[in-house]
Amino acid sequence: MTDKTAHTGKNPGGGDVRLTGISKSYGSFTAVHPLDLTVPQGSFFALLGASGCGKTTTLRMIAGLEDPSTGTVFLGDKDVTDLPPYKRPVNTVFQSYALFPHMDITENIAFGLRRRGIKSVKKQVDDMLELVQLGDKARHKPHQLSGGQQQRVAVARALINHPQVLLLDEPLGALDLKLRRQMQLELKRIQTEVGITFVHVTHDQEEAMTMADQVAVMNGGRVEQLGAPADLYENPQTTFVANFLGTSNLIEAEVLETGSGGSDVLVTAGGGKLRVPGDRCTSAVRQGGKVLVGVRPEKISLTHKDDAGSIADGRNRVTGRIADSSFIGVSTQYVVNSPAGAELQVYEQNIERDTRLVPGAEVVLHWNPAHTFGLDAAQDIDAGVETVEDAG
Amino acid sequence: MRWIRRNLVVIAGLLTLAYMILPNLVVMAFSFNKPKGRFNYSWQEFSLDAWKDPCGVADMCESLSLSLQLAAWATVGAVVLGTMIAFALVRYRFRARGAINSLIFLPMAMPEVVMAASLLTLFLNMGIELGFWTVLIAHIMFCLSFVVTAVKARVMSMDPRLEEAARDLYAGPAQTFLRVTLPIAAPGIAAGALLAFALSFDDFIITNFNAGSTVTFPMFVWGSAQRGTPVQINVIGTAMFALAVLVVVAGQIITNRRKKTATA
Repeated sequence: MTDKTAHTGKNPGGGDVRLTGISKSYGSFTAVHPLDLTVPQGSFFALLGASGCGKTTTLRMIAGLEDPSTGTVFLGDKDVTDLPPYKRPVNTVFQSYALFPHMDITENIAFGLRRRGIKSVKKQVDDMLELVQLGDKARHKPHQLSGGQQQRVAVARALINHPQVLLLDEPLGALDLKLRRQMQLELKRIQTEVGITFVHVTHDQEEAMTMADQVAVMNGGRVEQLGAPADLYENPQTTFVANFLGTSNLIEAEVLETGSGGSDVLVTAGGGKLRVPGDRCTSAVRQGGKVLVGVRPEKISLTHKDDAGSIADGRNRVTGRIADSSFIGVSTQYVVNSPAGAELQVYEQNIERDTRLVPGAEVVLHWNPAHTFGLDAAQDIDAGVETVEDAG
Repeated sequence: MRWIRRNLVVIAGLLTLAYMILPNLVVMAFSFNKPKGRFNYSWQEFSLDAWKDPCGVADMCESLSLSLQLAAWATVGAVVLGTMIAFALVRYRFRARGAINSLIFLPMAMPEVVMAASLLTLFLNMGIELGFWTVLIAHIMFCLSFVVTAVKARVMSMDPRLEEAARDLYAGPAQTFLRVTLPIAAPGIAAGALLAFALSFDDFIITNFNAGSTVTFPMFVWGSAQRGTPVQINVIGTAMFALAVLVVVAGQIITNRRKKTATA
């Protein structure tokens, strides 16, 4: 893999993938609304969203397998919008792998090199087989390999061409959970080793967060939010992101005092008062206006009502009654109903378990106001919540 | 009783096989006959006369050669057109696709003798001289449906992502077709080609109506049967049968060997 600069190095202007105003419509249906996106060179970038959100279409437009209705695709400084896929320095790992069934593993991997007229492929193929740890399967046919092995061949077949960008279309979707975790680490290792830009399409938020440096959350053909995984998780800008990435408690509240000069915004929900840092509100708040107050379940502490006096001052508090609890091992998940909101989720680590915290118990939920975020109230509070049909 | 119950499937299979092969065995046996009269219908004595002189009957080998040429060209024509039609029907959405999809079966369903007469009417009205070309056109026409059916089944089971993968891996349209599409569709195309060849070589009714003064092998056999059946007909039949068996067996051996090397 030492000669990768031979191909990627001819772009002095950098090898970023830049999409400007790109969109795709099929008749009256718009799969992707005009979007701008920059994927920095060498990064592991994830396009995350539910099925039908336009993430695969976006990927296929980068590959050249789909013609954009509007907009431009840049690779580095080069406009590749009108180039057919076989003229783009981009390779794809397909969801179903799409290995050529009539060729053995070696010929599958060598395919791209041969099409570009490279005669001596053995050394490079051997290197690739080693990279994906399949040296002993060189003469096997694809159908003789397991799903995980086929997946690795698909990666090797794409990577051997030293593309500027490697596109991965839900490459782990067909694998079982354990193998998927293993392959996530494997792909991450390979990406670090070869240093090529990876654009990874997935609907699995955990997969996106573990693997990617940057995640673009897509919904309904638009990018909802773009950022590093931790940033997306801690500072969701929309209810969709708040609910799709992990779980969020969203409480409808009314603004009492708009914070000025960096102080907290004071809001009221269900009779209680809560503080939200002013710089963590996505929209302009005005007195008497509505806002959605959000907090992640693991940020909340649970204290029995009898011990309410021991809670430190300055924390946000919500009183409620435990509706349900389930023991997960490392943590216990509680569902709490309160005047502020129904079915609030709380994850408590199982360090010192309070035996009084059982369904029916009156409790106080409290958390550091700094962990609170405020979202625009003019959006669907349940957007991005996984429903039973989606979860299958 | 128990033995019968256990081997019932094998017995039934062997009986069916015998039912199918017996006529062929008769053809073979009578190619070694030395008939007394002009008709080769009763066994007289073993002889290699006919095998030593297969073209000894006047005009027979000419008709055989004509039939082989016709079958070869009809196969080429039907396979090229049929494969293109099959790909178009599976891969593209266009107006009248549904209608074409069902109309393609028409030549299979139509009584052959009706089609033969209609074709003759058509050729006569268009003022086309009957002969090799009219027969070839007719053969390509009725072989087409079989080729389309065989290739379509294969193309439908092909993953279009394979061709996308090829294009993604620097193969242009021609390379994609030659390296990926064609090899994967090949079994379907081969099946269609074999069918087309056999059907064309075999055809009597349509050929007889539209051949004019040209005589194909089936027409020769029919014609000679009125006046007497030369043993050489059986020789040709046996040779064709042996050739077909050889092709099938060789194909089987090659696939088996490929599988073995792949697993080794």
